[in-house]
Amino acid sequence: MTERKPIIVVDALSARYDDDVILEDVSFEVYHGETFIIMGESGCGKSTLLKHMIGLHRPYQGRVVINGVDIFAAGDAELNNVRMGIGVLFQTAALFGSMTLADNVALPIREYMHLSPETVDLIVRMKLGMVNLAGYGNHLPSELSGGMRIRAGLARAMALDPRILFLDEPSAGLDPVTAAEIDILIKRVNEGMRTTMVIITQELESIFNIGSRVIMLDKKEKGIIAEGDPRELRDKSTDPRVVNFFRRRPMASEKKAVTAQNG
Amino acid sequence: MEDETRRGHGHTIRVKGKKGGEITFSVEGRIALDNIGVVMQAIKGLMDEMLPSKLTVDLSGLEYLDSAGALVLVEVENRARSASIPFRFANLSQETEGIMALLDRDAISRKPLVAGRGASGFIEEVGDVALGLSRDFVTFMTFLGELLIAVVYCVRHPRSLRWGDVFFYMKRAGVDGLPIVGLINLLLGFVIGIMASEQLSQYEFNVFLGSLVAIAMVKEFGPIMTAILVAGRSGSAFAAEIGTMKVNEEVDALVTMGFDPVRFLAVPKVLAMIIIVPVLTLYADFLGILGGLIVGVADLGLAPYTYFHEIPGSITIFDVLTSLVKTAVFALIISGIGCQKGFQARGGAEAVGKITTSAAVSAIFLIIIVDAAFAMVLKYLS
Repeated sequence: MTERKPIIVVDALSARYDDDVILEDVSFEVYHGETFIIMGESGCGKSTLLKHMIGLHRPYQGRVVINGVDIFAAGDAELNNVRMGIGVLFQTAALFGSMTLADNVALPIREYMHLSPETVDLIVRMKLGMVNLAGYGNHLPSELSGGMRIRAGLARAMALDPRILFLDEPSAGLDPVTAAEIDILIKRVNEGMRTTMVIITQELESIFNIGSRVIMLDKKEKGIIAEGDPRELRDKSTDPRVVNFFRRRPMASEKKAVTAQNG
Repeated sequence: MEDETRRGHGHTIRVKGKKGGEITFSVEGRIALDNIGVVMQAIKGLMDEMLPSKLTVDLSGLEYLDSAGALVLVEVENRARSASIPFRFANLSQETEGIMALLDRDAISRKPLVAGRGASGFIEEVGDVALGLSRDFVTFMTFLGELLIAVVYCVRHPRSLRWGDVFFYMKRAGVDGLPIVGLINLLLGFVIGIMASEQLSQYEFNVFLGSLVAIAMVKEFGPIMTAILVAGRSGSAFAAEIGTMKVNEEVDALVTMGFDPVRFLAVPKVLAMIIIVPVLTLYADFLGILGGLIVGVADLGLAPYTYFHEIPGSITIFDVLTSLVKTAVFALIISGIGCQKGFQARGGAEAVGKITTSAAVSAIFLIIIVDAAFAMVLKYLS
């Protein structure tokens, strides 16, 4: 069960790259223990929003509050505390190519915890086991398949047992079986550890399999056009942009362009 | 009967039971990543001390558990079972069960599929380097063959060559390199001038300063310094450019579209370098001689006319031509190795970094060897 206690608050956030307005006045809350999905067409600002939420980009206006801390007003020590409580899986996994998987996962544990090498080794093996990569500790990222790299990235993101996990398109470009495995893994971690998940994804299967609540961003609106339970949105929304997204139907203007092209 | 209580960082372990009998450890508080070392130590110590015949771990007082904490509980269970002690968890909450279910118990004890990459011994290192050098030689010769075939094709079909790229790389390696090549060679000529002026002034041979600097610059320092600078600037840039294309599968895309990657990517670079590096060397020679002139005028009081007057007598056209041929060979080595290393890139960003360094180092190493070979051959020819 999800406790109705916001763990992340995005408040009137506007994001710009120079003069290019990407997001305008975006507000929403993420509650403890939920699997929160950010979806929308390509270029609508999903990754930009995520990068603002994890503090990589400073918003033009507005604020992001994680665990009660405004991350852009916080001091270094406070911000570091917030960062230790979150884990991020980047789209390409962003594993360090020169390190083995075990070293990738061990890096934050060695940096922030004073544990014996044997204990670190045990935790690393446990984390790799959790993502079905037992035995791969000595492999380099370049020796793994795309799906395995994503799972290893997830193990690293979970290294410090964060309360919140941000996942940027975890199943993009993966075959359906591997994508389903990643979904199961996310669900297991969410249910087992009650980790709050913020996930960017375009995969409809994933959205329905793992999402407890979604927001849909729109490029023209530069903000949220729909919010709620994914199944309810699919079945009840009357907004053509939402309906078309769930039915994988191009928008009227794009349809016209395709028709014109085909003569 | 409560026998003992151990308190630690956010946790408390209460021990119930008699030594050697049925023991219950009641774990209270939190077990998380930041205190698992202490908790693990405490429980192991208690187990060794109490030698239970039957062990129960009561988790009714557990307030917080993360996956690392769950690992401690699994380790305690494994330890008890390996000592054939009957074991059970009591009052496991649903949440604790959920976290413990995430743990793959076999994974914790599973050995790595490949051995660790430990530091290799000296003999192994020497062997690796020797094998690497022989592999490099074979791949470079193979690449040279492919390059030659591509060049012959371009000579027979001049329109197939990407002339725009040739001019682009001529500008990048040549025009863009003018300031640094000029400055380094001017200073080099200046230093040669200073070193020589001390000796020459002792025997009043000041008028030969120009000849000495010109011979040094044209025959040796001009070509070699220019080649080293170009290897650092352009050779490594070629390796990085092609290497990045290789790891991003752009080279594979070219192949699938029917392009020969060597002809498409390497030939314009190699050709541009063979044309522009000799020109750059002439410029470097001139700047070096000018550097010597500064010393001649300022230190030895020579007139510029006197400085330049002796130079034509000491440098022949043959010297200049052989120097330019030598530089063209250097250009082939630099661009060839840069491109070949680029095509060798496998993996990700790290591989690109490696081949970039390797391209510059290998090119400079080969340049020195080829320069020595040229010196020997020219000595016997003259």
